[in-house]
Amino acid sequence: MPDIRLVNVSKHICRDLNLTINDGEIFVIVGSTGAGKTTLLNIIAGVTNYSGNVFIGDVCVDKISPKKRGVGYLFQGLALFPHMTVESNISFGLKTMGLEEDVIKNRVDSLMEMVRIKHLSGRFPHMLSGGEKKRVALARSLAPSPQILLLDEPTSSLDHQTAKYLRNELMVILRKLRITTVYITHDLREAGEIADRIAFISDGRIEQVSTPKEFFFNPKNDCVSQFVGMPNIIECTSSRILASGLVEVISDKMKMVLPYDGSDIKKIAIPPEDIYISDIMPPGPALNRFIGIVEKITKLNSTVRVRVSIGKNNLLAELPENAFDELSIEEGKEVYVVIKLRRLRYIES
Amino acid sequence: MKKTDRLQTIWGMLPVLVFLLLWEIVGRFNFFPGQFFFPPFSSVLKEFYHLTANGVLGKNFLSSLTRVLIGLITGSITGIAVGILMGWKDIVNKALNPIISLLYPIPALGWLPLLMLWIGINEMLPITIIFICSFFPVVYNTTTGIKNVDKRYIYAAETLGASNMRILFKVVVPLALPNIFTGLKLEAGMSWRVLVAAEMVAIPTGIGALLMQAESLVRVDIIMVCLIVLSIMCLIFEKIFTLAERYLVGKWSNYA
Repeated sequence: MPDIRLVNVSKHICRDLNLTINDGEIFVIVGSTGAGKTTLLNIIAGVTNYSGNVFIGDVCVDKISPKKRGVGYLFQGLALFPHMTVESNISFGLKTMGLEEDVIKNRVDSLMEMVRIKHLSGRFPHMLSGGEKKRVALARSLAPSPQILLLDEPTSSLDHQTAKYLRNELMVILRKLRITTVYITHDLREAGEIADRIAFISDGRIEQVSTPKEFFFNPKNDCVSQFVGMPNIIECTSSRILASGLVEVISDKMKMVLPYDGSDIKKIAIPPEDIYISDIMPPGPALNRFIGIVEKITKLNSTVRVRVSIGKNNLLAELPENAFDELSIEEGKEVYVVIKLRRLRYIES
Repeated sequence: MKKTDRLQTIWGMLPVLVFLLLWEIVGRFNFFPGQFFFPPFSSVLKEFYHLTANGVLGKNFLSSLTRVLIGLITGSITGIAVGILMGWKDIVNKALNPIISLLYPIPALGWLPLLMLWIGINEMLPITIIFICSFFPVVYNTTTGIKNVDKRYIYAAETLGASNMRILFKVVVPLALPNIFTGLKLEAGMSWRVLVAAEMVAIPTGIGALLMQAESLVRVDIIMVCLIVLSIMCLIFEKIFTLAERYLVGKWSNYA
């Protein structure tokens, strides 16, 4: 499968983008709404005009129409043809290739089996659920055996369980086919699970391209850090297994007991929303509970950010405004800090 | 048919039956001055039978029907073809839109004096009027329908390798069908109204001409027969397009 190279590409909000997506990799683009993610996919697919150059493999495809770029595109709104049945939607691309009827039928059947929608073949898109529609759109985009697959938020607007299920199936299919895939999402957990590499795009600029681990633990700048929501990266000096699935880690004056299935934890990332601050000693066991000094209080729109130092470690906590108002804390004062274990991320050596 | 459906049908027919009954009573008991001007419904039915039996109604009806069919079919096909071109090719739209916009607002009957001079008083006159009456709204609705097709469907078809012709005829035109049918349904009834006007003014045969003859002989019963036939034909034509739309679009039109 070919790689994709964007050289000084500009369109709308996207300005002078330079990017290389390696062949066969799953490249995830994250960023907030309006950052230019879909524009980037449209540029690669050729369905929008742009300045700069796009290479697929060694071929500059700027003058090549979307019909001949060999790109499969799962659009955000899916764009399933409403007047065609599931089967007709999937076979549409194959019929344009002028294949024999029985070849088309076999290919459509195998795709429907792969995404498990064989029983829906005669239905129209409006008769399908959200998850079923996404499967049809995926099968349709895979039908002409594209060299490149562009997926624009393929699991968005699905309930958590269906999204997870679909994501797992998608992963199996993508790993099996080894198609160069560009995948847009704004779900960081999803990005972390499936990506070979992640790119963060903000205001049309690519702020960081890295492996998921680097992305979450070494945000290049404040912009990425804020999006990732992990400004609290704690370097661990030692870690040891306490029991199966339970690890004790030490970082300066902080000794924490964490649920983890590994042993040698080097860094821990804690979301600011998962740091609880109190002006009185919280009830319960003194596990993962520390005393820190309030360094800075910053009021935002509906939340308040509190920077607390615990020895050499600096933690940023984010509290809802009403929760903060109930506390009597001020800069320089001691507070109790409790770390919730729900959404911690770990990096081993 | 379910019991509730049957009740609804009866409920819908009730006002019609009441109307016919009132008509009969008003006509029969001379609430209007003179039976000549307001014959009861039963007299109208009797006249309908006579006109059908002696072939007068059939002959005039067939003349009108032929004119409507020729005018409507040619006008609609041409309108759809031009509309597709205007909606699909911007350059055609830019070239034709100003002239279509100028001519569209002219009422179809407004063309009559001009066409009488250009074409003369013959079979082509009502056909041309119906052609004009059908053409402009169908062009307008088809162009709008083609232009309003969500671009993502076109992009999707492009990335699937479809040629422009395949995109147009397999994706865009089918998706524009609801709009096209709106234009066709509008014109299906309108063509009969325009035809009668043309026949009343200039043509010696057809339902319109029969209406004029009845008026000159003060035969209100014949006038009412003609009006009932016209009303039924307008309804039937609109219904034909509604059924065609349901057949072609109904299976998937719930997508919106």
